[in-house]
Amino acid sequence: MSQIADLLLVLRHGPYGGLNAREGLDAALTAAAFEVPLSLLFLNDGIYLLQSDQQPGQLPAKDLSKTVPALAMYDIERLYVRSRDLEQRGMKPEQLVVEVEVLDDEQAANLFHQHRHILSF
Amino acid sequence: MKFAIVVNGSPSSSQAAATALRFTEAALHQGVDVLRVFFYGESVLTANRLTHPPQDETNLTQRWQQLASDHDVELIVCIAAAVRRGVMDEREAKRYEHTADNLADGFELSGLGQLVDASIGADRVITFGGRA
Repeated sequence: MSQIADLLLVLRHGPYGGLNAREGLDAALTAAAFEVPLSLLFLNDGIYLLQSDQQPGQLPAKDLSKTVPALAMYDIERLYVRSRDLEQRGMKPEQLVVEVEVLDDEQAANLFHQHRHILSF
Repeated sequence: MKFAIVVNGSPSSSQAAATALRFTEAALHQGVDVLRVFFYGESVLTANRLTHPPQDETNLTQRWQQLASDHDVELIVCIAAAVRRGVMDEREAKRYEHTADNLADGFELSGLGQLVDASIGADRVITFGGRA
């Protein structure tokens, strides 16, 4: 199976329930700054990072909805979600703030094999 | 075989922190080269030297310190994650105008670049507490 990139970062948490998502994104941006080829998989509640029309202004948390669209500026362009995660949460690909590749379970499993290293947040 | 160890789990509310320590000890005893241990997320609290569990409980901070001095392993703590959670070395404490610092000996604050560098340089990256 051919290798897609050196690093796969897996974001499994929603944006505002804790620091996991924020710190995972920070790791992604740092890797990109070091010019390490990487991909991002938004898994489980991680797909809430991609929800459009977020209004976190009332929360004591930093607005992460601006960070995801900025990933392209860091040349982070390989973004993946699982169709199952979208369906379970009533989300559609066209509602997301950026364009992502939607994978079925088998493709998502393969994604882990197609990267040399995995960091999970 | 070179390993990089990434610890994310909280020392007080996850199994991951203790498992990471035991795994790293086992790997070193088997002669594996551990490039670096990187503490990120809640695990940075492991580097707080003011942690003081009762005597009959494991002191993870001391165990990591012992491991680092026995095997000359780098224990790097993410500076942003640490400062956010109140773990500071002398320099950061001064920078933020605190009267005391609390980073345990043997641990070092550094940037996320050390995580990326270890990940790329290792044959295997093993993460503990990805789900916290």
